[in-house]
This record gives sequence, structure tokens and C-alpha cells, in this order.
Amino acid sequence: MDLTRMTAAELGAAIAAGETSAVEVTQAHLDRIAAVDDRVHAFLHVDTDRALAAARAVDERRGTGATLGPLAGVPLALKDVIVTRGIPTTVGSRILEGWIPPYDATVTTKLREAGIVVLGKTNMDEFAMGSSTENSAFGPSHNPWDLDRVPGGSSGGSSAAVAAFTAPLGIGTDTGGSIRQPAAVTGIVGHKPTYGGVSRYGLVAFSSSLDQAGPFGRTVLDAALLHEVMAGYDPMDSTSIDAPVPPVVAAARLGGTGDLSGLRVGVVRELSGQGYEPGVEAVTRDALARLEKLGATVHEVSCPSFGYALPAYYLIAPSECSSNLARFDAVRYGLRVGDDGVRSLEEVMSLTREAGFGPEVKRRIILGTYALSSGYYDAYYGQAQKVRTLISRDFAAAFENADVLVSPATPTVAFPIGERANDPLAMYAADLCTLPASLAGLPAISVPSGLSEGLPVGLQVIAPALADDRCYRVAAALEADHGHPLTEEAPAL
Amino acid sequence: MTTLESTVDRVVEVAGRYDPVIGLETHVELGTVSKMFCGCPTTFGAEPNTQTCPVCLGLPGSLPVPNEVAIESTIRIGLALHCDIASWCRFARKNYFYPDMPKNFQISQYDEPLCTNGYLDVTVEGRTVRVEIERVHLEEDTGKSLHVGGATGRIHGADHSLVDYNRAGIPLVEIVTKPVAGTGALAPVVGRAYVTELRELLRSLGVSDVRMEQGSLRCDVNVSLSPAGSGVWGTRSETKNVNSLRSVERAIRFEMGRQADVLDRGGRVVQETRHFHEDNGRTTPGRSKEEATDYRYFPEPDLVPVAPDPAWVDRLRTTLPELPAERRARLAGELGATDFEMESMANAGVVELVAATAAAGVPAAEARNWWLGYLTQKANAAEIEPADLAISPEQVARVIALVEDGTLSVGLARQAVDGVLETGADVDTVVAERGLRRVSDVDALAAAVDEAIAAQPDVAEKIRGGKVAAAGALVGAVMKATRGQADAKTVRELILRKLS
Repeated sequence: MDLTRMTAAELGAAIAAGETSAVEVTQAHLDRIAAVDDRVHAFLHVDTDRALAAARAVDERRGTGATLGPLAGVPLALKDVIVTRGIPTTVGSRILEGWIPPYDATVTTKLREAGIVVLGKTNMDEFAMGSSTENSAFGPSHNPWDLDRVPGGSSGGSSAAVAAFTAPLGIGTDTGGSIRQPAAVTGIVGHKPTYGGVSRYGLVAFSSSLDQAGPFGRTVLDAALLHEVMAGYDPMDSTSIDAPVPPVVAAARLGGTGDLSGLRVGVVRELSGQGYEPGVEAVTRDALARLEKLGATVHEVSCPSFGYALPAYYLIAPSECSSNLARFDAVRYGLRVGDDGVRSLEEVMSLTREAGFGPEVKRRIILGTYALSSGYYDAYYGQAQKVRTLISRDFAAAFENADVLVSPATPTVAFPIGERANDPLAMYAADLCTLPASLAGLPAISVPSGLSEGLPVGLQVIAPALADDRCYRVAAALEADHGHPLTEEAPAL
Repeated sequence: MTTLESTVDRVVEVAGRYDPVIGLETHVELGTVSKMFCGCPTTFGAEPNTQTCPVCLGLPGSLPVPNEVAIESTIRIGLALHCDIASWCRFARKNYFYPDMPKNFQISQYDEPLCTNGYLDVTVEGRTVRVEIERVHLEEDTGKSLHVGGATGRIHGADHSLVDYNRAGIPLVEIVTKPVAGTGALAPVVGRAYVTELRELLRSLGVSDVRMEQGSLRCDVNVSLSPAGSGVWGTRSETKNVNSLRSVERAIRFEMGRQADVLDRGGRVVQETRHFHEDNGRTTPGRSKEEATDYRYFPEPDLVPVAPDPAWVDRLRTTLPELPAERRARLAGELGATDFEMESMANAGVVELVAATAAAGVPAAEARNWWLGYLTQKANAAEIEPADLAISPEQVARVIALVEDGTLSVGLARQAVDGVLETGADVDTVVAERGLRRVSDVDALAAAVDEAIAAQPDVAEKIRGGKVAAAGALVGAVMKATRGQADAKTVRELILRKLS
């Protein structure tokens, strides 16, 4: 039995039943990391000692006869944007060099309480700005399907880890597509919850009104099990929703029966056509046919404002980031450059930010600073907020006749490392499909829908706010129809 | 350029040619138990950086959660100032870099304040001036910087700086007046009276300890001048951190004089912020608005909008305590004070002190005399507020009672007050320890009178000769011998009787 090939649900059950131990499971994944991560580079920091200690604690609890949660003892790869007490948190940036957080994110606390074993912190585009991990200050991660290609981004370290079988579960964060796009191009499941569904306390902010953490798994059920652990109201986050967590695990099990009778699926016309690879469109058409075969009715819907999503996003997210990233000023934590006792405070701040931030982060800080400037605010930030309202209205209208909306999760399969690194607009286009749901705060999942020339394609399923369970149900049905997790078709590393 | 603090006469002269317009922005630290967006305590004077957490330090990943008591206090302030209360409003980020601001933005309010369009009436020289309130909004305070080395105490030129984040995140309410015009030479006094009245109002609401010397109440003063009768307002200066009632008046006086000098020379008043210097009552330029920061305000995305339930606001309105103006009207009756006396007491900040003293069982007129007279003198000499004198209304009442029952003369009573202020002991202890007891016993005094007559036979001879006025020298000698404890009138009568 290769423990690294098992799903999280299987591992949790095996540990609870005493068929294996959390320490064995953790060690197996640490061994796998040692064997392949020099090629994948999913991890920035492997937390071996603490991971094994956490696993031992789970085994001891089991030894006392305590009832374990479904994921107790199951290892996980945590995106390095989530704050972990006592463990470095870099956000993929030099600016936080040397910072050891003195507190835990709410998500981190929930993982620990569930007995989930955090193997380490994963690579990401700096401050979650990017779609390939090439903007990481610590070098890119590699797509396990083709090591010369990107694993998506910004949560590409976590997606690569799950796809490379170095962790059965991963956590990413999604601001404009940073969970769904990496999930799609690595052939795994990734879900962006309803905005406010998962606490942002301890998630280092990129764009506060968009950021949302969510689960990665190789199966829909695994992602749902992790979703239930992560989600829920948190009084430490004012934007957290005080409502019950949607029944995502039940929905994943229900979808797993392969019956979608009565489900109305709307296909978003605007998320297809120019800019979409023929192979991606072919796999998507096939997925739609399979949904119909499973009992769903499929019809086209139009969301005319979606064409403005990308420009609106690239005003709102940089505006918020220009303010959120102001705190990295060398005064209290992280990098400090040029503090020779002679230079002024302003010079030290400038030198530190010059040295500590990479080019994409600087580009967005400048974009956002400009967009919020006196005299430009209404034309840029104000206008972008109006677009956001229009997009929400388009969704509301579409959901009058549809239970879920679908589209490709990405316009293309994983692109080669280096191909778009110097072309920001081409890089931004990778999030074309995922931006509308981000701007509207809606839940959306990416589920593997097939291969195009040997590389994974994801289908995006979007649901109304707080109806995350619908995403899981549809995704699980599609997965059941395929018969096995797509990652089983990945070439051996 | 004016080199000296403007005098009252100078202000009258300036107001003859120019119409002053003033405006005040007041920052009030709320007295909540915890900070605005986290659970840290707000106790004043704790060891630096001991009242901090990831949120008020702005650590990566931390998020603000609003303090509901602070929102309630702000609404109560707005209601007491007759403001409209917003049914929906948002916090906004004010972006600028400064090391005592942990996030390099301040959570404040911009174009959607909680309270708008109110007023506060103040009475000056029998005239009621309505000061209109533009807005009342809620924000978080910054930390405190200490710039070490360098001449100015400012960041430029300092060797190094120390930052204390204990204050960072304490809820701060900003109260902004509309421009107040038409008060002429009274403008400085109106400014002071407004801050005094506002402070009384805030104290009566129990929302802040309003201690200007600790910075829990801080003022920025805007002043402009325009040629008399022109109706066109001039360019204003904004004097920052004017942190005592007396300074508010002095700062307005100085700015009136300074701006008049500029205009008299045909110059142009520059729109700028200025610093007030407590030591000499002058203002000096700070940064000019031409190089002002663009704060890039935008709605705070980490917080949801504030939408106070109208029923709750109504409940807050109906449960407001008695406000100072109403209370004064009632107290005027109880204390038997005239309008003028009430105004004097209000502007001296002693209404509550007089009321509390009278409530301790002494005549209200005596209480008023003491607080407006000797005690105000003592406070002015110490450059503090009467309320901050180290003597309680109960102690003052005790002093008055001792005068009333003849135990102390007025002179001895003042010595008793001095003793209390110096030692912190209570009145009876001071009286006992210093032997402050009026000697009215004629037998006891007789010996002292005889001694004085014996010591100055020539004076005694003059009095016998009918020069009664000469008795003063002997009275003085007796008073000196009895260390002021004798009753001068009794002494005088004794001397005249003996020498008649």
C-alpha cells in the first residue's frame, strides 16, 4: 500500500481504524517530498519536526480511545500566505525575510484542531500576484504533468504538491483565480468558497475584498472534507459570514452517485471563443455533454458585463494592494535595507521596498496608487466598483434560470515556464474565466474535465453565494462519471 | 512679523479692520475599555508597547473588528450635538507613511461620517453664539513617536526615534465645526468657550476623561481674516495640537495678529499648518498645503458598513443624560446664580465644582466666590484647570464651613487651602498641624495688644492724641505676633479701647 497514492478520506479512515498511523502517513509524504520536490519545488519550507510531532499527537489521541475527525493525521501543504505561529511565513517575498509570525491564522488553528498535519509552507507568486509562481522570490514551482510547465498560480506550490502526491490536501488562496486556475492546470480539484465563508484572519492580504482561502484535493470529496474544516464564522474577521457552513461533504457524496436530474446548468457564452484553446473548448464541450447524460439540462446564458471583469479587477486589486502592502516598511518586522545610522527613515523605507518587492508587486502598487489618487479615483476605482455591481447583476439574472453556471476554468492548458513571464497582459489573461466570480464574491470550483494533448483541463462550476454545496455536487458527478481522479493518469515523476 | 504674543488690545484693534473666521477640529480619545479594532486595553501611562497585539501592531494577516461601544459613544456625542445620524456609512482608509502608524494607513471616515450637521451653543459676554458642527466621525489613534536628539524634537534631525504603540488603535472621535464668523474681537474667547463647553458635554456623556494634558482631548484651530465687511473669507491657517483651553484662546489671538500684519503689508496669508508653542504663545509654520500628502482615501475593505438601527439610535437619544446647558439652567435656580454668574462659572470650567461644593452643605454664593476667585487664581498660577487642583469640592466646603462658624478668617482659610494644595492632606489636618485657628478670645489677645503698645509707645501716644489711623501699625504688629490668627477687627477695637 503506497500511502501517498491514497485519498485524504481513505487516509483519515485508515488512521481512525488503526490500519496505519498518522506518523507513518506523515513520514511517507516527507519521504516523497525528499524524493521529488527538488524537481517540483512545491515547498518553500518543510516543517519535518513539527509535522511528525503533530502526527504523534494524533496517534496518541487515538491511543486514548478518543474519536478522531475524518482528516485527523492527514498531511497537508499550506500556502505560505497563511500565517503560522513559529514557522516562517514569506508570502513568496524577500520583504518578510526573517519574520517568524507570533500568531496563528484562524485557518491554521482550525487545521490543528482537526488534527491535520501541516507538512510545510508552499511556494506562491509573491503576495499572491501572478498565475504561474514565476513571481515567487524563491524561484518557480513545476507542474508535475510536465516539469517544464507552470503549475498555475498564485497557489501553484500547493497545487503542484497535491498533483505530485507529496500531499493529499493543499490550501490555496484565490483573489482572481489563484485556486481554480492552478487546480485546473494540474488536474486536481480546487474550490474558492463564497467570500466570507472562510476566515481571512491571518491570511496576508493582497486584495481584502477578494481574497479567500480554499481547499485543494485530488478528489471532490477530499476538497469538501477540508472545506468543512476550514470554513465557518470567525468573530476576528468582520467580513466573515455568520451562517452555517454549506453542506459540502453531503453534496460531494450526493454528486458521487452520478445523478444530476433536474439540475439546470447555464453555460456562460462570454467565457469562450477568442483566446480559448481549441483543445480546452473541446474538453469543455465533452464535459457539458456528460452533464446532460447525468440528467442535467444545459443552456447558454449571456453575461455581457463579464468583458469588463479583467480591467475592473486590475483596478480594484492593485488599489487595495497598494494600501495593504504599505505596512512593509522596515520599521517593525521583515527586511531592513540601508539602516546605517546616517540615512533617513524615508531612505531606509524606500531602499527596503526597492530591494524587498519584485517587479510584479511594484507594478501593482504603482497601478493602485495611481488609481486611488486624488482626481483619478472616480474614473478608475469608482468606475471599477460600478462594473463589479454590473457583474453581480449579470450573475443574479443568469441564476434566475440556472442552478449553476459553468465555463472552462482557464482559457489554456498549463503554459511553459518563461513563456509569459515578461508579458504581464498575457499572464493576466490566464484568469479570464475566474475573475467574474471573484468580483461577485461567489463560490466556484475547478474540477478536472479531461486532457488536451496530455495536459489537464478544468471545468469551472459557479454557484450563488452560500450555495457552495452545488459546486461540489456537480463536480463530484463529473468525477464519478470519469471513474477515477485525473491525477492517476499523470506521468510518473 | 509679529514677534510677541498678541494682546487683547491688539485683537480689538485687528477686529476693527478685519473679520475673523475660526474653525475648530477636536480629537477626543474615547474612554472605552478596549481599543477601536482589537481587544487591547487602553490604560494611560503603561510601559511602552505592553498594550499591543497583532491587530494594533498591523502584523501581516491581522484584521480589524470594530468596537461597538465606540460606535455607540460616537452616536451619543452626535445626538448631544443635535446631529443627524447616518443610517449607513463606512470606514475609510487614510493612506500615508509614518512610523507610528503600524499599517501606514489610518482607519478613519471620509465622505460618510457617522454624524453630520449639528450645533453647540456657547455664551460669551451675555451673547449666545451658535457653533455649527460639520461632522463627527470615528477613527483610530496612532502610536506615539519620541524623536531623540536634534534640536526640534521632530523626526528631521533626530538621532533616532522610539515608537510606542500603546496608543495605536485607541478610538478617536473627530468633531469638526463649520466656520464660525461674525464674532469679531470675541473670536478667541468664543473658541475657548466652545472647547470648554464641548469638554463639559463630553464629560457629562461619560465617553472620555477629556484630559487635555494627557492628550485625550486635542484641538486644531483654523483662523482666517478678511477685510471688514468684505464678506469674502480669507485664506486660513491650521494650527495643530493646541492642547489647553488657554492655548486655544492664545493661538487664535496670535494668528489674528500675525495674519493682520501680513495683510497690512499687502502680503498673502499662506494656507498651511502651523505649530503652537506653549512657552511663548506663538505659532510657526509646519508643512504647507502645497506639499500636502494625497491620502488616497477609499472605503476600508476589511470592514462591513455601519448601519445603526434607527430604533437603537432613538433609544440612545432618549437615554442621554442631562446635558451641561440644561444642567446649568437647573443649577442656576438651585444656586441662585444670575446668567452672568453662570456664564462666568461655565467659561471658567467650575460649574460642577461649585455645585458639588454647595451640595456639601455650604452657601452657594460662598462656593462660587471661592471657585471663581482664589481657586481660579491658584489654577491659573499653576497653568492647570480648576478641576485639576489637588483639592476636592468637599474640602473646599469644609474650608467655607470653618469660615462660617468663625474658626477661620478668610486669610487663614486661604492658608488652609494652600496647605491642602501643597501637602494633599485634608483641611482639618492642615488646620491642626499649622495651628490655623482664629484667636478671638479677648483675654488672649489683650496680652498681645499690651505688648504691641509697650513696644511702640510713640504710636500709642499718637492714637491717644486722636490720630486713630495710626492704629494700623499696632494692629499689624498684633497680627504678626499671632501669626495672622487674630481677628483684625477685634484687635483694632481692643487697641482703641485701651488707648481711648
